[in-house]
Amino acid sequence: MSIMSYNGGAIVAMKGKNCVAIAADKRFGIQAQTLALDFQKIFEMGPHLFIGLPGLATDTQTVHQRLKFRLNLYELKENRHINPKTFAAMVSNLLYERRFGPYFIEPIIAGLDPKTFEPYVCNMDLIGCPNEPEDFVVGGTCTEQLYGMCETLWEPDLEPDDLFETISQALISAVDRDAISGWGAVVHIIEKDKITTKSLKTRMD
Amino acid sequence: MSLNGLADCRTYEGTKIPSFVPYADNGGSVIAIAGDDFALLASDTRLSSGFSIYTREQRKLFRLSDTTVLGCSGCWCDTLTLARILEARMQMYLHEHQKPMSTPAVAQMLSTMLYYKRFFPYYVSNVLAGLDEEGKGCVYCYDPVGHCQKVAFNAKGSAGALLQPLLDNQIGYENMDNVTSEPIHIEKAMALLKDAFISAAERDIYTGDSIFINIITKDGIQEEKFTLRRD
Repeated sequence: MSIMSYNGGAIVAMKGKNCVAIAADKRFGIQAQTLALDFQKIFEMGPHLFIGLPGLATDTQTVHQRLKFRLNLYELKENRHINPKTFAAMVSNLLYERRFGPYFIEPIIAGLDPKTFEPYVCNMDLIGCPNEPEDFVVGGTCTEQLYGMCETLWEPDLEPDDLFETISQALISAVDRDAISGWGAVVHIIEKDKITTKSLKTRMD
Repeated sequence: MSLNGLADCRTYEGTKIPSFVPYADNGGSVIAIAGDDFALLASDTRLSSGFSIYTREQRKLFRLSDTTVLGCSGCWCDTLTLARILEARMQMYLHEHQKPMSTPAVAQMLSTMLYYKRFFPYYVSNVLAGLDEEGKGCVYCYDPVGHCQKVAFNAKGSAGALLQPLLDNQIGYENMDNVTSEPIHIEKAMALLKDAFISAAERDIYTGDSIFINIITKDGIQEEKFTLRRD
């Protein structure tokens, strides 16, 4: 079994009309054994900026801490909030430093530009190769299922409420077909002057 | 180590072990949906191996009788062999019993035939769709060694993982509040089938070109073709 699927987990992010959404499951397990139902995989890195770190759970936490450190230094030096694109470059850089002994995570970044409030989503492989599509990004152990769901459910210019429904249905249906993802989910909807965080109940088997 | 400095193809012990891999994965996806008085079975028409496409117009559906159709994906040579033997066994049944096999009977026989090769399996994902003795739609899905399950809908093949959660969501109404589960009608099933394949063709390189849809009703089997992206 690959180390990328040692703990399990699924994350998805989608663009909407003047908003973005990012959602993740809450399971933490070791292979087939579930150990926790409240594991945090998405982290708030700024007023309109979130990062999801699916993959090996220990690296999820380490990379989050190291990113937070670098982000704090950036904000002290620049005295402003980071642009999501710049943040993606920072993540990419951190990961590529470990090119030959990587952190086993595939980050997903979702946010709004601090000035223009332009929606932004991005995902990367474990050594920091970025991908910035116009629609949605997925990561974790059930990417196939997520791609199938997102590819049919997603449409351009979704309003925040519709975006929430779309991302929730996509995530839940996908994790229900993956044995090592699920056990609850969390969704963040990021708008210009509001961030909504909702917990979803899912089937627990 | 070779003396002339050229790469040596022998192993350390100096023996070369010839290898023969009896299986190939030729891709392809199949979806089946059962309704109250109909069954739908659809498959894409791409036959491929690795990064190359053998043909863009290979039907993967086998009409076994007026009420039963088999959809296959996986190793194409095993598919052909399996379908041929299955047809022969159905002929034998016809001659012995003076009536064509019912869909549940075919379903059981297919399971037995697959398990008969338990230790050298047919590398095929099968979905059997048709009408049962009462004229109701039914779908049976299999693993390569003959595990058989009667379901309302199923997706198999290279894009099975992409398609199945969508069917759970749109036909099974899983995880939805304020929705009463109603029997699916043929128009919705057809539309969903096409949408599902369009989406799968976006992300799965082994699915594309076009799909053939078999519509099984008491009046017989109709066939429809629908074009997908070809890249």
